[in-house]
Amino acid sequence: MAIWLFVFLAVISIVSALGVVIQRNPVHCLLALVLTLLALAVMFIALDATVVGFLQIIVYAGAIMVLFLFVIWLLNLQAETGPTGGLALKFFGTIATAALVAELWMFLLRPHLKIKYVGEAAGYGSLSVLAQKLFTDYLVAFEATSILLLAAIVGAVALARRPPTQRESAPGSLS
Amino acid sequence: MTVEIISSIVMSVLMILIGLQLSVFLLYFERKGSALIQDRVGANRAGITGLGKKLGLPNLGIINTLVFDPIKMFTKEDFVPDGADKFLHTLAPFLALFPVMITFVVIPFGDTISIGGHEIQLQAANLNAAVLYLLATIGIGVYGVALAGWSSNNRWSLLGGIRATAQMISYELAMGLALIAVITTYGTLDLQEIVRGQGGVYFGWLPRWGLFTQPLAFIIFMTAGVAESKRVPFDLPESESELILGYFTEYSGGKQAVFMLTDFAEQALVAMLVTTFFLGGWQVPWLYRDGFHLPGGAFIVMPALAVSIAGILAFLIKVLALCVFLGLVRWTLPRFRYDQLMRLGWKVLVPLGLINLLVTAFLVVAAGSAS
Repeated sequence: MAIWLFVFLAVISIVSALGVVIQRNPVHCLLALVLTLLALAVMFIALDATVVGFLQIIVYAGAIMVLFLFVIWLLNLQAETGPTGGLALKFFGTIATAALVAELWMFLLRPHLKIKYVGEAAGYGSLSVLAQKLFTDYLVAFEATSILLLAAIVGAVALARRPPTQRESAPGSLS
Repeated sequence: MTVEIISSIVMSVLMILIGLQLSVFLLYFERKGSALIQDRVGANRAGITGLGKKLGLPNLGIINTLVFDPIKMFTKEDFVPDGADKFLHTLAPFLALFPVMITFVVIPFGDTISIGGHEIQLQAANLNAAVLYLLATIGIGVYGVALAGWSSNNRWSLLGGIRATAQMISYELAMGLALIAVITTYGTLDLQEIVRGQGGVYFGWLPRWGLFTQPLAFIIFMTAGVAESKRVPFDLPESESELILGYFTEYSGGKQAVFMLTDFAEQALVAMLVTTFFLGGWQVPWLYRDGFHLPGGAFIVMPALAVSIAGILAFLIKVLALCVFLGLVRWTLPRFRYDQLMRLGWKVLVPLGLINLLVTAFLVVAAGSAS
């Protein structure tokens, strides 16, 4: 990835990530999060991980964020006005943030992280290579994940199902 | 290298212009074609000089639909309702239009053409994961309508926005399933390769188009595509008898024109995608690189340049025919009810898509092990 592209995308993702926490209107926060995800996806694509980049856009920016939007609308969240949280929250929040920053700082300073990007074999991010890995080396993890997702889907359907008595009482209802 | 960059830029501009031109055609067809279908006269006013009348030509209303209507729209007051989110209200139409416009660039509109010793791909951006790219841009397109509905501070708008979002997400699934079956058949995510795979014939006469190899996927994709572009019979988000105009109720002037343009551009995009995946893209039946191999053994030689140009023309004719077909559907069918729409999406198209995928995968594996 060219350095100017990296700087451009890094600035966009950092500014929009700040926008997620700084803005007061939840819909604006959500849009900033979408922008962050898009910038990261472009970064993946620029690193030749094309499939991962596009999947990030399809799954996160295209589907999960829309779900978030629905939740915001459903809960009718309004823009927060005035200070949020009490003094205690601010106190512990500051401590937690400081701890996180210190931890990240120490982690990033460790010598083994100063790795130079050497590049991978051409086409390592293509769908065929990804699929080959997924269905050979990581088959068990892949199948376990799909069973987990299937269980979640069945659970969602079971929870969303109306009890049969309610359905009978409203024949031909529009809902 | 520079030739490639220049040709890529030229192709991108050309492709977006083709998309816009098709939108203009659809706008005219919306006025005059609907009149033809419904036995009305339709747009027939406002010639400039009366020249056409003197020559005895019928006034087709081309100038008032394509010149004066847009001028009128873009000079109207740009109204932002009280209490609306001004920033998002302004951004939303462009968020809706942008993903559609950038999707046009991956569609191949011809095979390679050789000009001055350079082999030029007739495709603006040759991505090897183009199918994923289109699913991504289609997914992003939801935000424009969703935010237009939300930012207008109007309940009709919000309802329209929510309907549009739910509808687009539901039908994206069916669309994706139909596409996976096509990908499995042709074994690639590259649109140009998918079109190339549709060359050749079965039984000596039937072109190997997606329409014949994946008929069920064709129907699913076509239906989901119409639903995705929010046209009748799936225009629930803007159903004017219930929601005034749905998510763009509170838009006027130029921004409303951008929403209308988005609708037409989406319809053009659906036509192009169906052409690419199911109607053989730029393939002309029985035409190969050296000429026509007609069924029955006849052979007509054609120069390479003529073959390339015939491909481009074939692509455009197929897309135009599909646009007209979509217009016919739009002006013939009544609108669905919202629960019918959701039932069709989730209980008919998605299971059908899954069965189709299963059968396709089985057949592909069987064919692979047989050979």
